[in-house]
Amino acid sequence: MSHLSLLVAKDVSKRFGGVQALAEVSFSIDRGDIYGLIGPNGAGKTSLFNVLTGIYEPDEGSFLFDGEPLDRLKPNEVAERGVARTFQNIRLFQNLSALENVMIGRHVRTKAGVLGAIFRDKRTRAEEAAIERRAYELLDYVGVAKRANDLAKHLAYGDQRRLEIARALATEPKLLALDEPAAGMNATETQGLKRLLEDIRRDGTTILLIEHDMKLVMSVCDRVLVLDYGRKIAEDSATVVQNDPRVIAAYLGGDIALNVKH
Amino acid sequence: MSAGAGIRARSARAPGGTAPLRVWAGVVLAAIALAVLPFAAAFVGQAWVRILNFAMIYIMLALGLNIVVGFAGLLDLGYIAFYAVGAYMYALLASPQFGVHLPFWVILPMGAGLACIFGVLLGAPTLKLRGDYLAIVTLGFGEIIRIFLNNLNAPINITNGPQGVNIIDPFRIGGFSFASNEVIAGIAFSGPQKYYYVLLLITIGVIVVNIRLQNSRLGRAWEAIREDEIAAKAMGINTRNVKLLAFAMGASFGGIAGGIFSATQQFVSPESFGLFESIIVLAMVVLGGMGNIPGVVLGAILLTLLPEVLRYTMEPLQMALFGRVILDAETIRLLVFGLALVAIMLYRPAGLWPSAVRKRELEVARAPEAAE
Repeated sequence: MSHLSLLVAKDVSKRFGGVQALAEVSFSIDRGDIYGLIGPNGAGKTSLFNVLTGIYEPDEGSFLFDGEPLDRLKPNEVAERGVARTFQNIRLFQNLSALENVMIGRHVRTKAGVLGAIFRDKRTRAEEAAIERRAYELLDYVGVAKRANDLAKHLAYGDQRRLEIARALATEPKLLALDEPAAGMNATETQGLKRLLEDIRRDGTTILLIEHDMKLVMSVCDRVLVLDYGRKIAEDSATVVQNDPRVIAAYLGGDIALNVKH
Repeated sequence: MSAGAGIRARSARAPGGTAPLRVWAGVVLAAIALAVLPFAAAFVGQAWVRILNFAMIYIMLALGLNIVVGFAGLLDLGYIAFYAVGAYMYALLASPQFGVHLPFWVILPMGAGLACIFGVLLGAPTLKLRGDYLAIVTLGFGEIIRIFLNNLNAPINITNGPQGVNIIDPFRIGGFSFASNEVIAGIAFSGPQKYYYVLLLITIGVIVVNIRLQNSRLGRAWEAIREDEIAAKAMGINTRNVKLLAFAMGASFGGIAGGIFSATQQFVSPESFGLFESIIVLAMVVLGGMGNIPGVVLGAILLTLLPEVLRYTMEPLQMALFGRVILDAETIRLLVFGLALVAIMLYRPAGLWPSAVRKRELEVARAPEAAE
């Protein structure tokens, strides 16, 4: 089983002052899965993303990614290992074109330095052309190729979310971590997003998905991890999780559950 | 598409074989205009040729600062320190101060290199600072360099203190000096006119290098950091190295400009490198259009010429209007200069020539075939 796992989290804890954002969270994500991460607001989902991608360092515990520990790596090193992410509050490079946003995603997989930039030798020119070509392909893949030359900030909200996914894909991730990609999307857009996620999985990228849209999570995720107040309360297939009384309590009776537990 | 994008290398490359005639006609006209400019200026007075040369030095400075402020978004108020480093490097290695007289084409790269090292020295401790905090530290750095230059005349006299370094060598290639008047092929060239052509070549080189840097993997990484540092990190950009590179590259252009300043003036003293100079160069970048190379060039030219134009026009104007000089030229010059800056910021807050979206038309047409 473990040889199939792309990411294994072991007892990951993170505390901010008096708030236990994550408490000994363990889980494992298999290669080729779409792995859901759900929980009420403030459950620690985004904290988990930030700890995973190196923005925060975990107080305890560790991640094993593709057989190697991610301990003490900076965000850019985590990206280099093959974890790419999007952000809950879209963080595009607003004043650059959609195409340039994706081209920047290619940074980590390309090499040209100062001398290459100044002298534009053959290899640099070839690399630049390849970056541009790949960026167009990715824009086309997520469906915003028509907006390639528009500033990222001028794109419609749904397109910005898609552009962020294209930018993340440009880093050639093994694991694509999406933080609420369907937030603010209408039903049609969410359907489109679902198809995109399935395409990405089909093309070989494992997905870790934070999402509040339960219909989307239940229809697309192979397995689901449920967090509540920083603790794992369930990890199972979507159908099982859906009927778990603790999960239902966390979502419907959060306050009551809190009083009982603490 | 604004004209701004047309100047960028990528778009300029695209027409290639398709519309060469008009492009070449434009290039030839511009070349002729630039070639006769120093003679046109000399009609008004030799001082104007010197002002043109200064404009080019400021273009280099502003473009260097633009890398740090415009591309990478790091506010630097001590940029003039790198100019000082380059200027003193040249002054000390090509003057009677130490009796060393190296040729300019050896010192200029050395000055760029030393300024580059100072850029990293300033960049390294300030990596985690942004905005106001970075501005304060860089401001302090600029002052430290100036104060050092002012005081390094004891116990060992290195910089000659506030008196500055005098009788600095001009640019020389073999027996050919760029500082003296000379008749070449029946045309009389003054010293500043000869310098003009060297400076023009170097300036064009600096502009080309800047355009290429901006349209490169590195340039995009700089802009990514300016736009959103956290997202840039998450995309795998090593923000530490990329920021240090911005400081280093920006500083080295300052170093080159400093060396040229030394050679054209043949005299340097610490008072040329005060905070006011840093602010003027920053104003060129901001007013021209931060991050947009043609805008920054325009800003540098305008802010060099405007005070000079005012210097020569304000007294005659007052004589004509009031029959006497009410305010002396120096006072009114600064006043009008300040007013102009305020007006530009009010009516064109993004700068006179802000950056446009870089369009990549050629590739758009090709994209559908490339896609799966």
